[in-house]
Amino acid sequence: MVARNTDGKLIRRPLSPHLQVYRWPLSMALSISHRVTGVGLSIGTLLLTWWLVAAATSDEAFNHIQWFLGSIIGLILLFFWSVALIFHFCTGIRHLVWDMVVGFEKPEYTASGWATIIATVILTVVVWVVGLATW
Amino acid sequence: MSDTRNPPHVDMLRSPLGRARGLGSAHAGAAHWWGLRLTSLALVPLTVWFVWNVIRLSGASREDVAIWLGSPMVLALMLALIITTFHHMASGLQIVIEDYVHHENTKLAGVLLIKALCVIMALACIVSVLRVGL
Repeated sequence: MVARNTDGKLIRRPLSPHLQVYRWPLSMALSISHRVTGVGLSIGTLLLTWWLVAAATSDEAFNHIQWFLGSIIGLILLFFWSVALIFHFCTGIRHLVWDMVVGFEKPEYTASGWATIIATVILTVVVWVVGLATW
Repeated sequence: MSDTRNPPHVDMLRSPLGRARGLGSAHAGAAHWWGLRLTSLALVPLTVWFVWNVIRLSGASREDVAIWLGSPMVLALMLALIITTFHHMASGLQIVIEDYVHHENTKLAGVLLIKALCVIMALACIVSVLRVGL
């Protein structure tokens, strides 16, 4: 960053260290992932909108999206959608707990961080086992 | 007699007018923050309900969807889910844009675009579920 010193001379000041400099602690990775999954889920609402609009439009339009969702690409999209949704759901609850000024000590937020990861894995497996079993 | 050298201690950095208005440096108050929390709280049960229904509807025909949305309770919950989801999405994406876009005009354009898209998509979803369900 270019700035002036006390004599008014232009000098190049050092920038503060940014994301790529730090080792990634769990809380930082989870915080960024919460945002990334939020943006991803926003894109995923296009799929929801398409599905509902198709259901209101015609048999042909609805069969088209049902075929797409059942295809390999559709299932992969649904898988990532479910992981993002469950993860964002778990970290979102963690944020709501924080809003009550609970769990800000380092051992607490590390434990709740791992808990969200474990819960995401377990819930994703449960959703897909039940989903594929009842398909 | 008031002591001019030791005026009464003020705990608050804000002016009395600032306190009365309830607005911080963003000039918008806490409504946006609070709205995001309220919608996330509402989305906790709604999301569980929705995922359960998506599983039930896997491979469903259009008639199945019509029967499903024909239930007034399902229709009401779907409307609640749609409104809450797109409200939450608009608020969340607004924060992301405000944090990473630093050019004032681009930021404003981005936020307005996001809000417009969210409103259009929410309306498309609402009209669709009403058309199928009613």
